[in-house]
Amino acid sequence: MDELIDKLKKEVIAQLNLEDISVDDINPDSPLFGEGLGLDSIDALELIVLLEKNYGIKIEDPKDGKKIFYSIRTMAEFISEHQKKA
Amino acid sequence: MTVPSFLKSMAYINGIGIISPQNTLPGQEFLEPAVEHTGDFLKAIEPVFKTYIEPIAARRMSRLIKMGISSAKICLQDAGISMPDAIITGTGLGSVEDTEKILSELTVEGKFLNPTPFIQSTYNTISSQIAISLKCHEYNSTYVHRCFSLESCLIDALLQISDGSATNVLTGGIDEMTLNHLSIIRRLGIWKSEAIRNLDLWSCGIPGAMAGEGSAYFIISGEKNEHTYARLEAAETLYKPGSTNETARLAACFLDENGLSCEDIDLVLMGNNGFEEHDSICEDIVSRALPDSSRVLYKHLSGEYHTVSGFALFVAANILKKQSIPGSLIVNAPAPKKLDNILIHNHYRNTDHSLILVRK
Amino acid sequence: MPSRIFVTGLGFISGLGSNVQENLDSLLNLRSAVGPVRYIETSLKDELCVSEVQMTKEELLAFAGLTGREACSRNSLLGMIAAREAFLHARLNEHQGLRIGLISGTTVGGMDECEKYYQDFLSNDSRNEFIDIYDCADSTEKIAGYLGLKGFMTTISTACSSAANSIMFAARMMKAGKLDCAIAGGTESLTKFHLNGFNALKILDKMPCRPFDAARNGINLGEGAAYLVLETEEAKKKTGNKIICELTGYGNACEAFHQTASSPDGTGAYLAMKKALDMSREHPDNIGYINAHGTGTDNNDLSEGRAIETLFPGKVPYVSSTKPFTGHMTSAAGSAEAIIAILALLNGIIWPNLNFSSPMPELNFKPVSELIRGVDLNVVMTNSFGFGGNDSSLIFKKYGIY
Repeated sequence: MDELIDKLKKEVIAQLNLEDISVDDINPDSPLFGEGLGLDSIDALELIVLLEKNYGIKIEDPKDGKKIFYSIRTMAEFISEHQKKA
Repeated sequence: MTVPSFLKSMAYINGIGIISPQNTLPGQEFLEPAVEHTGDFLKAIEPVFKTYIEPIAARRMSRLIKMGISSAKICLQDAGISMPDAIITGTGLGSVEDTEKILSELTVEGKFLNPTPFIQSTYNTISSQIAISLKCHEYNSTYVHRCFSLESCLIDALLQISDGSATNVLTGGIDEMTLNHLSIIRRLGIWKSEAIRNLDLWSCGIPGAMAGEGSAYFIISGEKNEHTYARLEAAETLYKPGSTNETARLAACFLDENGLSCEDIDLVLMGNNGFEEHDSICEDIVSRALPDSSRVLYKHLSGEYHTVSGFALFVAANILKKQSIPGSLIVNAPAPKKLDNILIHNHYRNTDHSLILVRK
Repeated sequence: MPSRIFVTGLGFISGLGSNVQENLDSLLNLRSAVGPVRYIETSLKDELCVSEVQMTKEELLAFAGLTGREACSRNSLLGMIAAREAFLHARLNEHQGLRIGLISGTTVGGMDECEKYYQDFLSNDSRNEFIDIYDCADSTEKIAGYLGLKGFMTTISTACSSAANSIMFAARMMKAGKLDCAIAGGTESLTKFHLNGFNALKILDKMPCRPFDAARNGINLGEGAAYLVLETEEAKKKTGNKIICELTGYGNACEAFHQTASSPDGTGAYLAMKKALDMSREHPDNIGYINAHGTGTDNNDLSEGRAIETLFPGKVPYVSSTKPFTGHMTSAAGSAEAIIAILALLNGIIWPNLNFSSPMPELNFKPVSELIRGVDLNVVMTNSFGFGGNDSSLIFKKYGIY
């Protein structure tokens, strides 16, 4: 899981072009949206693209994103679950 | 043919923010010395964008948007204003980079998933993101019409000031160039087929115009103050004016409607860009309309792009304020006797002609 | 004293029909143009419903009386056809010496053609004649050439409020004495570019859209073009044209909230509507009908709904979105819906907000869901709110009512 969390942090930084933010700056349990990193609805869509391109997981309804993208850890757990099912 | 009626509004250029292929960032000497470029096009010299835009806010901004917001903020600082009464942007092509990203992904349609380039490719995103960064709820618009783009903005700004809707209008023109886009438009035979040194534009003997890019924002104000550079007297656009003789006649009418005769124009900033067919039209019109005015060439410093009149307006405003002409500009005889009135003329394919009148 | 601005000509092509009368007939017969993709080649064909003008490009060329020898986009053709209808309706071809402006809104420009040839542009010379027609200005200049116009012209691109802003700018040029009349509006054809773009934003509804419904799920894109001819009082004396109605108010404000979303309280929408209302000098009670922007997205309808309630506290006029009829015509929506609002005004009819069943819990009003005839309408408002928060509102009044 830690490996996946680390990998995800790097991918999120790249996908969202968070130039000034390093892997160490992101707490895996901190909220990504609102407070924390302060991401918005467009970032959520970009994260949906990331899940599909990098992990083959398709999210049809952006509203589902709220729970999945709460934090890096929730993202990692979602990916793990889906990869087990596959 | 109906003689167009021209705008007559008293307005001042009270602030300028410009990012260009020359050293035009704050604190830099006015076009001295000239910056040499030897690439395929004149690339704008970017500021440190972090100075003007929070990194987190900049995360999804294309280069074009960063240039637009930065030059708008530089302009506001220059004018000593924190909130304009209107924001109006002109662009000929918008974000070329984002448009290209989408077009290349569209060849395999299902692959196009990223929302960010699509949002960035919309022409009005520049003006709107400037408004978001300032939290400005006032009038906001975007004009996209070749070399009428910035001129339409200036006309709109002058209307806003003369009807009392606004006192300080933030308005500017912005365009970018990419190598991909240049490779496409080179097929049209009007652009130089190879890279040259920009300062050799007028003597290199290789046919064609030289491409450039830049962002120039201005505060056009109904009030004169210590920040004032010059008066923006009027702007006009002429569509298919006809022969160079007819265009010259219309230019003379434009001056007449603004209380000036051709003899009153000290300098003409010429639309010459290095493409012979284009340049001969500029020369012909000006020699007919303004035989006694000095002619200034500037596109070896800026390159050619749809909103290049922003660079020209920056040049005109500074010449009038400083009452001198930097050596990097090329002044063709006769030398000016005074520096009170400058006319900017430009055109696109002899179809769209624009005139901007700037006065001390 | 700035001149009053009269509407004297209308031109309209959409999925509902190829002229104003056909569009009116479709509206009266509750015939929506939203359905499966028929004309545009897209891999999203089976996933979306759209509203398309029911003609191929060849049919549009024939309808416009053109040969197709010159490189021309579908977008330009739609613009030419609608602008021609308005131009002839106002008999502008019969009057010499008028300073006629052309102000057109578009975002697509020539993209419907150029997106097909991008790889050719990069690799060979086979499609060079299309390189020049890519930009927004091309469609405006094609319209100008088609109608023989040589006066002032420009192109506005503020996303979904482009055409409304074109009408506003035309009116301001006329009030300043710079133009006698103007053809103002917008044109937008469907493109893979923006179909895929909106799809990436996940705001397209796969089913027919349901504006202001609690279960709304997004937009159906549409295409078309619509233009108004506007005249000053002086010009109207020369042309002798019948006055269709008067443009008495308009407002442009910026949401300044987010690149794609509107604020939850509808600040931008409220400011635009308020500016229009203040200019018109109408009491809110006098607005008989609002043709809402009403796209069917969660965000817009909530934002706009709240703004309407704030501006019309306790007494919201009839409201409907006609996007379930025409689809969202993006840069042409502002003028298309202006014409639809004017048709409501002239006929005393309130157009229904199709596909509506459950009111939004956040709002105290619901849209009109059935066609209502015999309404004493004197003043109507029409809203257009663009991505990036470019918000615009227009008010039209029946001529002769004070």
